[in-house]
Amino acid sequence: MQPDDTDRRILRQLQAAPELSNNELAERAGVTPATCWRRLEKLQTNGILLGQQAVIDWAALGYTVEVSLRITLDKTQTRAFDEFMEAARAVPEVIELQTFLGRVDVRLSVLARDMAHYQHIYRTKILTLPHIADIEALMHVAEIKSSQGLPL
Amino acid sequence: MIELDDMDRTLLRALAEDATQSAGALARQHGFSQPAIWRRIKRLEDAGVLKGRRVVLNAEALGFGVTVFLGVKLATKGRVSLEDFERAITAIPEVQTVQHILGLYDYRVRVVARDISDFERVLRRRIMTLPGVGDVEANVLLSEERRPGPIG
Repeated sequence: MQPDDTDRRILRQLQAAPELSNNELAERAGVTPATCWRRLEKLQTNGILLGQQAVIDWAALGYTVEVSLRITLDKTQTRAFDEFMEAARAVPEVIELQTFLGRVDVRLSVLARDMAHYQHIYRTKILTLPHIADIEALMHVAEIKSSQGLPL
Repeated sequence: MIELDDMDRTLLRALAEDATQSAGALARQHGFSQPAIWRRIKRLEDAGVLKGRRVVLNAEALGFGVTVFLGVKLATKGRVSLEDFERAITAIPEVQTVQHILGLYDYRVRVVARDISDFERVLRRRIMTLPGVGDVEANVLLSEERRPGPIG
């Protein structure tokens, strides 16, 4: 399926305000509620609209520290990637795993309550992950933009 | 800070996966009463734990084949105002997230583009021309997964 301009308009409005009702969304996108509903259905069945997730504010739960760990793996081990990813998924404080083409192989986002807690996680759960060749840590100071929306 | 019990954790896990579930559906699936679910969700919203929804789209199917993370270092610290740089970079539609970080770089920027040559256009015309930009490192995203996080 090739999404057309109407699909893109509906998705753009949905991205901007996911909590809107179908009628409100239809009005903002300039289509009838029936069209809006049908288009969203079709975008969903074709795997273009994948769903909606609740955004959790971790700071409100006491997790005030977020660290990006940029990791280089020992690629002489053939199963390094798979084994590393599998082990990293089992760490509950890891909220994001990304793999890259470039200077960095993998990036993990790690949450902690404070610096002492972070140090504990780092020593007991991160440094023990398999096949790490090098780690670089970047600490998040502030989120300047976090829409993650696509420029439709 | 709010203390979570098992019911809160169940709801957070369910909504982080699919935020469109109705209170009725959640009630049936997890064996709570519908009014109890409403009350809990309201409480989590009031405490700032649930802070909205994120629409998940298939970027590739919508024509965005490339996601790149940039590490940006400002060249002339102190002379260029951070606010000016932040305002300019967040205004670029292809820029999805901007994080102020401590470490090797000053900012971590997520950029989405149609393909590599489109990315080159964004990088050269829009990002390299921003006030104060110094060193820029680019890593192309290969895969990405979000984990539920330390809900407990």
